[in-house]
Amino acid sequence: MSIRHAMLALLSEGPKYGLQLREEFEARTGEIWPLNVGQVYTTLQRLERDGLAESDGSGEAGPQKGFRITAAGEQELARWLRMPPDLSSPPRDELVMKVLVALHVPSADVHEVIQAHRRYLVELMQRWTRIKEDDTRSDLNMLLAVDAELFRLDSAIRWLDAAEARIKRAAADGATTWTDRASPQNLTRAPLPRHRREARQRG
Amino acid sequence: MTMLELREVSKSYGQGSAEVQALHEVSLSAEEGAMVAVMGPSGSGKSTLLTIAGTLEEPTSGEVLLAGQPVGKLSRKAKARLRRRVIGYVFQDFNLLPGLTAAENVSLPLELDGLSSRKARVAALKVLDGLGLSDRASHYPDQMSGGERQRTAIARAMVGGRRLLLADEPSGALDSVNGEAVMRLVHAACKNAGMTAVVVTHDAQLASWADRVVFLRDGRVTDQTVPAPGPESLLTTERNQ
Repeated sequence: MSIRHAMLALLSEGPKYGLQLREEFEARTGEIWPLNVGQVYTTLQRLERDGLAESDGSGEAGPQKGFRITAAGEQELARWLRMPPDLSSPPRDELVMKVLVALHVPSADVHEVIQAHRRYLVELMQRWTRIKEDDTRSDLNMLLAVDAELFRLDSAIRWLDAAEARIKRAAADGATTWTDRASPQNLTRAPLPRHRREARQRG
Repeated sequence: MTMLELREVSKSYGQGSAEVQALHEVSLSAEEGAMVAVMGPSGSGKSTLLTIAGTLEEPTSGEVLLAGQPVGKLSRKAKARLRRRVIGYVFQDFNLLPGLTAAENVSLPLELDGLSSRKARVAALKVLDGLGLSDRASHYPDQMSGGERQRTAIARAMVGGRRLLLADEPSGALDSVNGEAVMRLVHAACKNAGMTAVVVTHDAQLASWADRVVFLRDGRVTDQTVPAPGPESLLTTERNQ
């Protein structure tokens, strides 16, 4: 989450004070991403330094200091909104690592490991869903943010379900772990490039 | 009070080498006013569990109790009465009768139970109104959206003050927003009307509406969630980090 651009978005509605920016940021994100006041002021100082926002005074940033967006800030905000987030390379997902490792560890039951994570994720989803339950305190921003969290957790559970099914199928096919697959008779190697083959033959 | 209890229920189909064990000694209970989700992949025994809980099938061994009463000892007639008066079913494909309007579909179980059609209609309209469907009462199923059809099916399952709602993938055919609307209704039926609901699903988002999620794998209960703390704890924990 880019706090810098969130601040620019709030300032694009009109000039605001530091404290107001913090309160509005938390309200808009459904209070899911809490922000400390120091982060707000540091961000505002950097925006001012980079010419993306300007303040109404030269003193220290404080709750009563007002800020407004500049033309360069408007341009930066428009550019950021349209820029796709970097989803191209897979994240180093700890959950994926744990399941892959559990396949190798002789004392670990990979199905138990999967279920432990599945239960934890469902419990977490139950807690997020409780927020949606109470209509009186659910505004649109909060619902959208909670939905995003639920979809994220749901996708991890779906991956666990798929992993479990795949591991079961692999076990039924006879290859239970990677160690089995990596046995000498299964080892295959991509052919070496021609110049290296020739170098090896010469050597 | 425990509304539904399954005690070491097993179910097998076929015999000898063709025998398939659908459920293995499944124990499960749902308190009055609770919403319990049973989560598992296809073929894990979810639907079998629901049909046995709803007295539509008998277990091979084990016992089902409704409000503390063992249903295995009841006559066929008494079981049928139980299904008409106490248990409501909701299925993935709605199972509404196409030739009847929403109000007629909802009032049908009451009429089959001997209530006059006028009284049954009054009761049906009241439930439809409670689910935000009063303007759809005279519509036929093919004139309604999927979400409206499933809400009508929930109205049919609730009408007549029934106490136990059994739902098999109730929002499986709906998009996520309509699916959520259906789960909200089931949840509200438990919290506000004191119904007990058992919902079987493979979908974690739907299961997360339940007070408790029971995990079913290969016909066995393998795990269940512990009661979740309130949402405040989630926000507070994150804030303190």
